[in-house]
Amino acid sequence: MKFPLASRYLPLLATALVLAGLYVAGCVSFDNFSSLRVAVNLIGDNGFLGIAAIGATFVILSGGIDLSVGAVVAFTSILIASLVEDHSVNPLAAIAAALIVGSLFGAAMGSLIQWFELPPFLVTLAGMFLARGVGFMIHPQSHGIQNDFFLQTVSERLSLPLNNRVSFPFTGTCFVVMFVLATFVAHYTRFGRYIYALGGDEQSARLMGLPVARTKVLIYALSGFCSALAGVVYTFYTQSGDPASCVGLELDAIAAVVIGGTLLSGGVGFLAGTVMGVLILGLIQTLITFKGDLNSWWTRIVAGMLVFLFILLQNVISSASKRLRG
Amino acid sequence: MATERFEKKQARWWSSLVWPVSGLALLLLFDLCFTDGFFKLEVRDGHLYGVLIDILNHGSKVMLLALGMTLVIATGGVDLSVGAVMAIAGAVAARLINTTNVSFPVVIGVTLAVAIAAGCWNGLLVGAFRIQPIVATLILMVAGRGVAMLITDGQIITFTEPWLTYIGNGHLLGLPFPVWLSGGMLLITALLTRRTALGLFIESVGDNQTASTYAGVNSSTVKFFVYVFSGFCAGLAGLVAASNIKCADSNHAGLFLELDAILAVVVGGTLLTGGRFYLVGAMVGALFIQTLTTTMYMRNVSADIAPVPKALAILVVCLLQSPKVRTKFSGLLKRRGS
Repeated sequence: MKFPLASRYLPLLATALVLAGLYVAGCVSFDNFSSLRVAVNLIGDNGFLGIAAIGATFVILSGGIDLSVGAVVAFTSILIASLVEDHSVNPLAAIAAALIVGSLFGAAMGSLIQWFELPPFLVTLAGMFLARGVGFMIHPQSHGIQNDFFLQTVSERLSLPLNNRVSFPFTGTCFVVMFVLATFVAHYTRFGRYIYALGGDEQSARLMGLPVARTKVLIYALSGFCSALAGVVYTFYTQSGDPASCVGLELDAIAAVVIGGTLLSGGVGFLAGTVMGVLILGLIQTLITFKGDLNSWWTRIVAGMLVFLFILLQNVISSASKRLRG
Repeated sequence: MATERFEKKQARWWSSLVWPVSGLALLLLFDLCFTDGFFKLEVRDGHLYGVLIDILNHGSKVMLLALGMTLVIATGGVDLSVGAVMAIAGAVAARLINTTNVSFPVVIGVTLAVAIAAGCWNGLLVGAFRIQPIVATLILMVAGRGVAMLITDGQIITFTEPWLTYIGNGHLLGLPFPVWLSGGMLLITALLTRRTALGLFIESVGDNQTASTYAGVNSSTVKFFVYVFSGFCAGLAGLVAASNIKCADSNHAGLFLELDAILAVVVGGTLLTGGRFYLVGAMVGALFIQTLTTTMYMRNVSADIAPVPKALAILVVCLLQSPKVRTKFSGLLKRRGS
């Protein structure tokens, strides 16, 4: 009877093993792979994907799905770029506005899903088209940012020096802070318990008297907020806004969530797993860059195979634990 | 009793078409009034030309995809990989034509076999391993474009072989060939599902899997079949897409077309939760999307902004189909009537 309890952590363990295995394989194969700079870049370069994946984790834990992530990231980046450059809005105000718009956008999608009982798949699909199109309406091309706040404050002053050559980028800091906050929300607040309950069984959650409607709308608002924050970090990272960027980012985010051991049917999973999933995707990319003679499309194939393996693993575990219980 | 039920079913079949057809009619009415030259048809070199023919021609890819997608959605699933399978099919065909001397039927045969193999993969995952359809087909959606890139070596392969370009650009009896292809496929699919028990099996699996299993329907086999069929349809659509532009572009072939196909099916009246399905409705849905797109191009709306009206169309259609909204509306009407 001990196995079912431990089986909750088994996918997480498998993800950690894959992450460690990939990292060790990289260190053995390439000379400079173990350097601090590679590790720091791994976190910094994948900051926006990580934050987007954290948002996707909440939605998937609740048994839903959000396809609008990539489009909202692109929309946020062009909104900030346009506000700061064309309308000379204070950068901080522009960022705050973008975060509010993203959250409201998510809340609107959540309301449609909750009150009209529409499938999340279709509503967030419409959201994806809408955000992408409105992004192009704001500014039809990529838009560079010349503002000092983006060029100097964020990229230089806000990065933390680790030693005299390597410093930790602000995009990475955002990722780490967001991860800590999200873990707190998921595991130590009432709202977090509601999310797990909702994903486990919505009917039971309702019968238990949990505020299902409020929770559901809040989850999508949270996902919208995370996507917008990912957009802000993306803007920091590229120092420009681009309405055509991040096409298919939601797929990478969902892949990271699945590799991280979260069940797509909802109710089971950990944010730490998602973060490891993001780092695994980043490590594959780094390995392919180091190798040099492999093409970047291998990233997608390897990512697809990993998703497959982890789904298989989850199936084996869930059927094994069912057999033990039954 | 039997005839009464039969009539009831007939009435239902037509009533399901009311919403998509009236949507399309509204759109066409708008074009009739406000878009110049929308209904102009002319005959050049014995071929029919005009905006309406273009809509049929360009809509044929989504129509082909929507046929397979309708059956998949009817079982309560979804196939996200059709766009990637299109890219793979185009890549295989272009590669075979350019690097080998095999005859044209072999090229088509191998391409469709690869597409069917992709469908088998999805079918195995959903049917045998019982993985959720969204996740199972997500694997091929993520990896499929990588596989297509591998086949084309990351290049855009162009070809000039006349037979292969005919599939997307040729004319038969005055109409473009893709129109005939999708029309023919609609006929075959309709015969396959409505004149045999297959359609009933698919609807029963989508409606209530447990009940249909107890009734003796092998739900795994039915599910396997619909994904294989969807792969086959995606293969055909991939051939048309590659042939249209005379090259295999693994990055862009069929990109986001899976979403259009799903949308077409939903507009056509098939519920995403599975059960009863409407093939003709899905075709009307595909034409609705294509008409919307063409209208926007003709009214000089930039292709980048085009998703906005599309999104609004999805929302309106979803709201109209939502049981909650429908009961509210009928409640309002009843109150007024009484």
